Amino acid sequence: MRLESLYQEIILDHYRHPHHKGLREPFDAEVRHVNPVCGDEVTLRVVLKDSDAGPVVADVSYDALGCSISQAATSVLADLVIGRPVSEGMRISDEFLALMQSKGEGEPDEEVLGDAVAFAGVSKYPARIKCALLAWMAWKDATTQAMGDREPG
Amino acid sequence: MTFDVTRVRKDFPILERTVRGGQPLAYLDSANTSQKPRQVLDAMAEFFERHNANIHRATHELGEEATEAYEGARIKVAGFIGASDETEVVFTKNVSEAINLVAYAMGNATATGQRGRFSLGPGDEIVITEMEHHSNIVPWQLLCQRTGATLRWFGVTPDGRLDLSRIGELIGERTKMVALAHQSNVLGTINPVRMIADRAHAAGALVLVDAAQSVPQMPVDVAELGADFLGFTGHKMCGPTGIGVLWGRRDLLAEMPPFLGGGEMIETVFIDSSTFAPPPHKFEAGTMPIAQAVGLGAAVDYLTEVGRDAVAAHDRDLTAHALEALTSIGGLRILGPAEPVDRGAAISFELGGVHPHDVAQVLDERGVAVRAGHHCAWPLHRAMGVQASTRASFYLYNTHDEVDALAAGLREAQRFFGVTPGGA
Repeated sequence: MRLESLYQEIILDHYRHPHHKGLREPFDAEVRHVNPVCGDEVTLRVVLKDSDAGPVVADVSYDALGCSISQAATSVLADLVIGRPVSEGMRISDEFLALMQSKGEGEPDEEVLGDAVAFAGVSKYPARIKCALLAWMAWKDATTQAMGDREPG
Repeated sequence: MTFDVTRVRKDFPILERTVRGGQPLAYLDSANTSQKPRQVLDAMAEFFERHNANIHRATHELGEEATEAYEGARIKVAGFIGASDETEVVFTKNVSEAINLVAYAMGNATATGQRGRFSLGPGDEIVITEMEHHSNIVPWQLLCQRTGATLRWFGVTPDGRLDLSRIGELIGERTKMVALAHQSNVLGTINPVRMIADRAHAAGALVLVDAAQSVPQMPVDVAELGADFLGFTGHKMCGPTGIGVLWGRRDLLAEMPPFLGGGEMIETVFIDSSTFAPPPHKFEAGTMPIAQAVGLGAAVDYLTEVGRDAVAAHDRDLTAHALEALTSIGGLRILGPAEPVDRGAAISFELGGVHPHDVAQVLDERGVAVRAGHHCAWPLHRAMGVQASTRASFYLYNTHDEVDALAAGLREAQRFFGVTPGGA
């Protein structure tokens, strides 16, 4: 049944048992993003730390209200980017965006996307793509702000 | 002619198609937009195939026919809502434009220093309600920002009715305009417009009624309602998109300054100033959606022939059946009146533990089309203490079987998302 191809077990698992949920202190940047279509919202905080490979995502914490797709996407995002260099997180984010725009034709790379490959089916439902992207857009926004604050001068 | 839903359904070609891999379509989203009967589609096709020309300015036979078709639609609409005559009927593109027309005209009256009931400033008040669609909220917010007037509103009771306990404080000598929905697009609640209009008029205020949800479903008479302005839209009443109506009292339309300037709305134009056509043309700048107006006229004919009382009775019957079917589902909470009294055929609800988007997705997979979200009524959802809801809405072509398919789909959503139905 098509419903199962949209709501893969991985998505439902993340929805029922979200990872890294809750707002934590301290943080470098906080954003609140809203999906004006349905009112779903996410408040998301990022903490960055320095490393030899450039800034690394030390933590992503969040409070989110929304459907199973948006909740699961937030949980998967936190799993994927925490502990990685910002540049790598941005690459995953771009990959995920491309998958969402693929209209069901995308061939997701599990090496890059991990659990996020489960969202491939979402790209066939135009009304739900924004649900999957809400947290990713918030993370990009928060991270860009945090990076801006770190620049000297 | 007695009402026969099977026969009515045959008029709507789209109801024959299947969706999502062969599922029959149960279209329960008519409060969003209604489906269109063949009579309306044919009237528009015939206009394009036989009579297409611009109106009021083409000096040829087609132009005469097109003008007659367009103005004929205006006459039909006037009769449909009990207008004194067709000059009280202004065509717009939708209700949002109808409301904006009045709000911007009031802003223009203010800016040009026109004295009278249309200009306003600091100390003046506009009263709306918490259950309005965004289209009856935002234009007034913008007008208040432009003029310094104050926006006030009726609250909503927990059972989804207007809270009238503060009416004496809300409507008074500072009130210039009271704008409210006849029927809530979310809760289905039918508001006591006449009583509120009488209070507003006693205070010297104008009354604008958003009748987007009521005109499609029940007989509406502007004089009985006590409205000064009333807006509704074609696409929710079996007509096409792109055509709406602002009805206004003749003396008010004559006094009210124009909103959009351009072709056809003028009397004379000099390079530095113009005078304007009498209503309704004063408010119809540029080439109008002519075929859409013809389609709306055909929709008026269609609903009149089926019988507006019969449509209203059928909608009431479906609503009563749906309220019964939905309240039997454990964990389901209806927003708004749970009794089929003073309410229309839109029912919004929460299904405990399943987000409205997910509910709608499961239903869609089974061919049941509903709407999920805040239905352009975000303040109302906040007032009801919910983030979003699922809405099923019914119209003349819906059946008990489709309502039952909705209920079965909701139980499936609970099963799929592993929600144990609580309560009764």
